[in-house]
Amino acid sequence: MQKITRETLIEKAKSLLADGTVTRVLGWKKGDFSYDVTPAIFTSVEQMQNDFVYSEFSGANFSKYLIKETKKEDGKVLVFLKPCDTYSFNQLLTEHRFDREKVYAVGIPCEGMLDENKIKKAVGDGILSVCCDGDAVKVETLYDGVKQLNKGDVLSERCLNCKSKKHVAYDELLGEDGEVIDSNRFDEVEKLEKMTADERFAFWQNELSRCIRCNACRDVCPACTCEKCVFDNPNSGVENKSPANSFEEKMFHIIRAFHVAGRCTDCGECSRVCPQQIPLHLLNRKFIKDINAFYGDYQAGAEVGSRAPLVNYTKEDLEPSEAVNREDK
Amino acid sequence: MQRIGVFVCWCGSNIAGTVDVQAVSDALAKEPGVVFSTNYQYMCSQAGQDMIKNAIKEHNLTGVVVCSCSPRMHEATFRKTATSAGINPYMVEIANIREQCSWIHKDMAEGTEKAIVLGRTAIAKVHLNAPLVPGESPVTKRALVIGGGIAGIQTALDIADAGFEVDIVEKKPTIGGKMAQLDKTFPTLDCAACILTPKMVDVAQHEKIRIFSYSEVEHVAGFVGNFDVTIKKKARFVKEDVCTGCGLCTEKCPQKKVPNEFNLGMDNRRAIYIPFAQAVPKVATIDADYCTMLKTGKCGVCSKVCTAKAIDYTQKDEFIEEKYGAIVVATGFNPISMDKFDEFAYSQSKDVITSLEFERLMNAAGPTAGKLVRPSDGVHPHKIVFVQCVGSRCASCAEKGKEYCSKICCMYTAKHAMLTRDKYPDTDVTVFYIDVRTPGKQFDEFYRRAVEEYGVHYIKGMVGKVSPEGNKLIVQGSDLIANKQLKIEADLVVLAAAIEPDKSARPLATMLTASMDTNDFFTEAHPKLRPVESPTAGIFLSGACQGPKDIPETVSQAGAAAAKVIGLLSKDKLTGNPCVAHSDEMMCNGCSSCEKVCPYGAITYQDKEFRGPNRTTLIRRVAQVNEAVCQGCGCCTVACPSGAMDLKGFASKQIMAEVDAICK
Amino acid sequence: MQVNEYKPKIVAFCCNWCSYAGADLAGSNRLSYPAEVKVIRVPCSCRVNPMFILRAFQRGADGVILCGCHPGDCHYTSGNYYTRRRMALLFSMLEYLGIEKERTRVEWVSAAEGAKFAQTMNDFVATVKSLGENKRLEDLRCKR
Repeated sequence: MQKITRETLIEKAKSLLADGTVTRVLGWKKGDFSYDVTPAIFTSVEQMQNDFVYSEFSGANFSKYLIKETKKEDGKVLVFLKPCDTYSFNQLLTEHRFDREKVYAVGIPCEGMLDENKIKKAVGDGILSVCCDGDAVKVETLYDGVKQLNKGDVLSERCLNCKSKKHVAYDELLGEDGEVIDSNRFDEVEKLEKMTADERFAFWQNELSRCIRCNACRDVCPACTCEKCVFDNPNSGVENKSPANSFEEKMFHIIRAFHVAGRCTDCGECSRVCPQQIPLHLLNRKFIKDINAFYGDYQAGAEVGSRAPLVNYTKEDLEPSEAVNREDK
Repeated sequence: MQRIGVFVCWCGSNIAGTVDVQAVSDALAKEPGVVFSTNYQYMCSQAGQDMIKNAIKEHNLTGVVVCSCSPRMHEATFRKTATSAGINPYMVEIANIREQCSWIHKDMAEGTEKAIVLGRTAIAKVHLNAPLVPGESPVTKRALVIGGGIAGIQTALDIADAGFEVDIVEKKPTIGGKMAQLDKTFPTLDCAACILTPKMVDVAQHEKIRIFSYSEVEHVAGFVGNFDVTIKKKARFVKEDVCTGCGLCTEKCPQKKVPNEFNLGMDNRRAIYIPFAQAVPKVATIDADYCTMLKTGKCGVCSKVCTAKAIDYTQKDEFIEEKYGAIVVATGFNPISMDKFDEFAYSQSKDVITSLEFERLMNAAGPTAGKLVRPSDGVHPHKIVFVQCVGSRCASCAEKGKEYCSKICCMYTAKHAMLTRDKYPDTDVTVFYIDVRTPGKQFDEFYRRAVEEYGVHYIKGMVGKVSPEGNKLIVQGSDLIANKQLKIEADLVVLAAAIEPDKSARPLATMLTASMDTNDFFTEAHPKLRPVESPTAGIFLSGACQGPKDIPETVSQAGAAAAKVIGLLSKDKLTGNPCVAHSDEMMCNGCSSCEKVCPYGAITYQDKEFRGPNRTTLIRRVAQVNEAVCQGCGCCTVACPSGAMDLKGFASKQIMAEVDAICK
Repeated sequence: MQVNEYKPKIVAFCCNWCSYAGADLAGSNRLSYPAEVKVIRVPCSCRVNPMFILRAFQRGADGVILCGCHPGDCHYTSGNYYTRRRMALLFSMLEYLGIEKERTRVEWVSAAEGAKFAQTMNDFVATVKSLGENKRLEDLRCKR
């Protein structure tokens, strides 16, 4: 089995650009630091050869970018999708958010993305390069030479609890497809559920009070694609900007989580981009866990056109009082 | 800024007894926007209403708050008052200070304080009220009835008798439906044909009714009062208006081996056929699957013998577009397939039959001319076993049968048993049942007669297995009351198959955006209070498409549906409820969440052009609410993540203003 | 009466067809319940956006109760089924955030259940009273 590398992807893009299948490529672009990788549009192979990155920091989920990209009257766009990205891709298709005809989706495998914050914690500042070799992560730093870390220790949270290595959408697949994983992603939620109400309140008070309302979580979220967000709309009655007190950010995060409940694929982008490192995925996962427990297992984006749990019902659904008084939590 | 007038009602002592009305009107006078505040003994009286009217004119009021009894009582009254004084009726809000304040509190201070909060809340809402004008739409004064069984026939006749035009679309070559196949009807035992066929003739002769037989509904667009329907008239290869129904072709056709569906395949018909003698319209139809001429181009016998020159082998499907104001669904039912019930040996023995097949065997116009004989050898059966609830009340085996009770089987089985014993006293009849359910006028008496006068053996228990042995059928069942296993040697076994909605109902429901339950029965607008209307405005339900029903129930529901249709069609214009959902196109994501929760199918999507950056145009998918169809529940407003969807009269901002006022 | 008795603020959303009529019936039958309860009339329980509930808490409400037709009896056929799902998830989330679960409630009250309405409100107010003031969700800026 051929290993999928940066060069494989560039080769693929090259041939698709050459035969006119696509006019541009949505890919990761290198930034100032090796761990600082951002989404970008490449229109030529030269650009890609200069700036394209495919590394353990190519975490950004491109699905959301397709909304804008497919509005352009400029042929198809090539997009690289990791397994977890394909769920968001399908969910957006379910919600008619982009034009599938204008996308050429190439599924690529993912061995797990690294968390730069964990690396920084382990090696300190001044990271020059990070290089992965199997389970070993070699970090070259400005002050301290090369340090070797264990990949499992610096893997990002969402990859530690990866839910699927299976692509649920693509036009073409590079490498081999994986399987849906029976992950432990709800363990953390369960731990919180077992706490007392006071402890939980203290936990969330501590986490959410750090929120600076930068809106990064919302802006990156592939489920938050509203033309106009209620928090930006003075007519919505909940518009607010400042984290001036203990309630604003709670309201923001509860409503945001509720708005994406049943539509959130648990891609983990919100927690990845949060500059305050608030574990926002724990809010979304609570909804997902509850939905699974109350209404049967549901994975948003697993298939196009599925009916999200909050726009569905059965006559036998449990009562809200039962939802908060369940014994088995 | 609104100019608001506050009117506090004493309601005699009903309110004034526990609420200091003067204190309330004084306190509310200080609220922002309030330019006039007063109290009066009876606001709903003529003098009280005049007081409101005068104040509106005198103080140029733009909004009115009446602190009085429940809005369910007098909201309409005060809206009319406001209208007559020249302001929009939806600029009136009621603060319920009687039912929800003075009547439940005893302490004057407490009652007064709460009344002030309730008044303030209503004022906060009125500040955000906007004049609302109900939409009007014209009504096409014609009805479409889908299905020509007894339900459709009765509905069509009742609507037509009221003077409105009705079209019946029937997919079979004749109207009549299941009832035409029945022999006798319970509990009176009159012959089905004798009571049905005159009605069929009435339909045919009614100047207001048109029958589209051998036709199906192809497409439905529009909404209540204004449906556009495409009807597919399937090619029958016979000119309907020329054929005299003499039947000569059906005797001369050389293709004799076509299973006769009217007799459930128990005998054969020709490739050109008239389903039964009293068919309406009495016109021949060529079965294209069997006609030699249509298949090979060689034959043409029917054309040669037809003196009316009615045969046309080149006929094509025809599509007719019609407009209707109301649509009645009367698609009826079918017995379920017995494929999954092989324990009863239905597929193994010709002598295991369904109840509908039994009807045909007993019918004088049936395959045996009414002689009850075994289908396998034509011998008269001496021992018949009836098995009830085959596929009904199958809670544990839902994939096989139905969870519900089919309702009609207990009664028709009693009828079959009784008729058999009456005509053939030498035949022994046994009925296996779970429960005998006979709620209906003269129903239990009927069943008791079968047991007591006609000596039918009723055994409580289910049959586990039927196995053919020689020319006998071994029926193994349990007798739950005697607590023993039984083995009966029968000559004929009759299965009371569960009934299910016709297969055409599901795609039809999709076309009509009418909702269905999990069993594919149409759901009612309200299970108790609106049983013949679909939640989708303008769609009505008649007969077994809504749930299992016997003939008297079907006929009464058919009449009820007709009454509702007549009520609708007698209006020249439909005035909508102005408190409907409205989508802000600039904010709509086109995600379809609202459409999925709408119980009325009032939301559709359109690709619309919007101005994009740099003088570009963007095409975006946006939701559109059909105000004539929306009933104003507001479910969509919460499903909408962006808040593009809002409800007029109960806007998010208004409700939040009320929340704020209460929590102040 | 004590001078400084704690009076909770209770917002009750009632659907127009069942629960609001049930509240009216409670009134007609003179069945008393605490004056702390203030009703907001909505067409259907499904009109109640979780934002309204959070807004109420933000502005200092101590309890929010939502009343609708019994499941299966919704005037709009299915509205309360959606309400049931939305509120089950919302309440579970609020509890997860450490908010007392007793502060929120959904109750199905038909137009004939005046007694149930009064009983429910008596019970709910007593429960909220025993919890004391809502300190965990209120927005202090909104306090007077």
